[in-house]
Amino acid sequence: MTHLVEADLPSYPMARQCPYDPPPAMSELRSSRPVTRVKIWDGTSPWLVTRYEDVRDVLADPRFSADFRHPGYPGSSPAVKASRDVSPWFVNIDDPEHARYRRMLTAEFAVKRVAGYRPMIESAVEELLDAMADMPQPVDLVQAFALALPSIVVCEVMGIPYGDRGLWQEHSRVLFDVDSTPEQGAHADAELRSYLAQQLEEKKLNPGDDLLSRLAQRYIANGELTPVDGAAMALLLLVAGHETTANMIGMGTMMLLDHPDQAAEVRDGDEKTVQSAVEELLRILTVVHGGRRRVATEAVELGGVQIQAGDGVIASEPAANRDPEQYDDPDELDIHRSDNHHLAFGFGVHRCLGQPLARLELQIAYPALLRRFPDLALAVPTDQMTYRDSMIVYGVDEIPVSWGGRG
Amino acid sequence: MKIAIDHDGCIGSGECVLAAPEVFDQDDDGIVTLVGSDEVDGHDEAIRSAAHACPARIISLS
Ligand code: HEM
Repeated sequence: MTHLVEADLPSYPMARQCPYDPPPAMSELRSSRPVTRVKIWDGTSPWLVTRYEDVRDVLADPRFSADFRHPGYPGSSPAVKASRDVSPWFVNIDDPEHARYRRMLTAEFAVKRVAGYRPMIESAVEELLDAMADMPQPVDLVQAFALALPSIVVCEVMGIPYGDRGLWQEHSRVLFDVDSTPEQGAHADAELRSYLAQQLEEKKLNPGDDLLSRLAQRYIANGELTPVDGAAMALLLLVAGHETTANMIGMGTMMLLDHPDQAAEVRDGDEKTVQSAVEELLRILTVVHGGRRRVATEAVELGGVQIQAGDGVIASEPAANRDPEQYDDPDELDIHRSDNHHLAFGFGVHRCLGQPLARLELQIAYPALLRRFPDLALAVPTDQMTYRDSMIVYGVDEIPVSWGGRG
Repeated sequence: MKIAIDHDGCIGSGECVLAAPEVFDQDDDGIVTLVGSDEVDGHDEAIRSAAHACPARIISLS
């Protein structure tokens, strides 16, 4: 490997050229320097890891810590840093403490348990599509459907009123925007935490059949979980639960509309086709696109490179999910790709907890939307849309669509 | 095939249940269990896929 002087280090994140694809400069690094130093916003130079196998190895290795309180931790932005300084989310805590929190929730997201939400999700989808059919065209798919659906679902699961979304959707967006100032981040974070602490407090008095009530009754009541940590947990679920799925519905629909043959198969296909289509869209879009942030707690050799204790690491799932050593024609959408094993939900002990719910929402949403509006089309060319490069979750601000007379 | 599982390391991702539902299940806490015994005849491909998919890498095969 050639030695690089500080000034020559590529800055990260790199710029995209096409909204559907990771930055070409990052793909280039995957073949030329798969483990290499990059420069980030705070002037530090963590390692960027881009190969599929290396990314899995980093994320599954307990010698790489997810604890942002560690001095070498490569934070995503000043706002994210400011918010997480308050009371850490378990996504930024290591085992065994992380496991203690996560285990309070694993029953809630077990595959068969989540399958029970199907009727609730289907009726939310039908209601939203009914309302959309009555709107004057073009309609913004993001507000009418893509953001609304996962917001309704996460509210139903947690047991918070959807009517309160004005109190959290915007704060959540601020938290996820790397261009937010630390003050904005801290403010949004404090507002969200106090709203959720209040919701948990109400559940203690008036429990319902929902996740927050069970948390309050089973873990907060007996002191296993403090109210502050309970609010942090609720915050993680709320923000992780809606922006991610929303952008997958939006960008995934756009991508399907760009591939009409595959869209038709999703619309008319059997369950298996829809399932593999959802996995493929998750892989190719990888909307949580900033890379998992970790810090080495011991010296580790990775891909022929020596990483020292204290070094920051960014393990890039978008790059890994396009690795030609793992996937044939990685840049092509192929909804029949088998054994996908993509890393869009991360890997290792922090692997997405909500993935069964996210998958179910997507498996219901795409075919229902395409069936209701068989002539669905983008009302604006994709190169005139505004993409969310600065967001922790990649996506698009507005997706104007129309569908002619049928719908 | 013989399946060994480190239950303490399970994170309840459910990947194994999706890959090989005939072989893996989750208990009331969302933690991995085996549908039958740890010696399974058949389903080799699905079991290998489940072991590869497990994000906590707690499924070993022999
Ligand atoms: C398509 C939608 C989704 C995507 C792409 C996604 C992606 C991710 C990723 C990449 C991580 C790993 C974070 C890390 O390693 O640092 C993660 C963690 C997490 N996700 Fe998701 N997610 C989605 C939907 C959801 C939903 C619907 C929920 C819950 C309602 C949820 C809850 C969580 C939680 C609680 C964690 C932290 C797990 C831990 O640290 O143990 N996610 N997600």
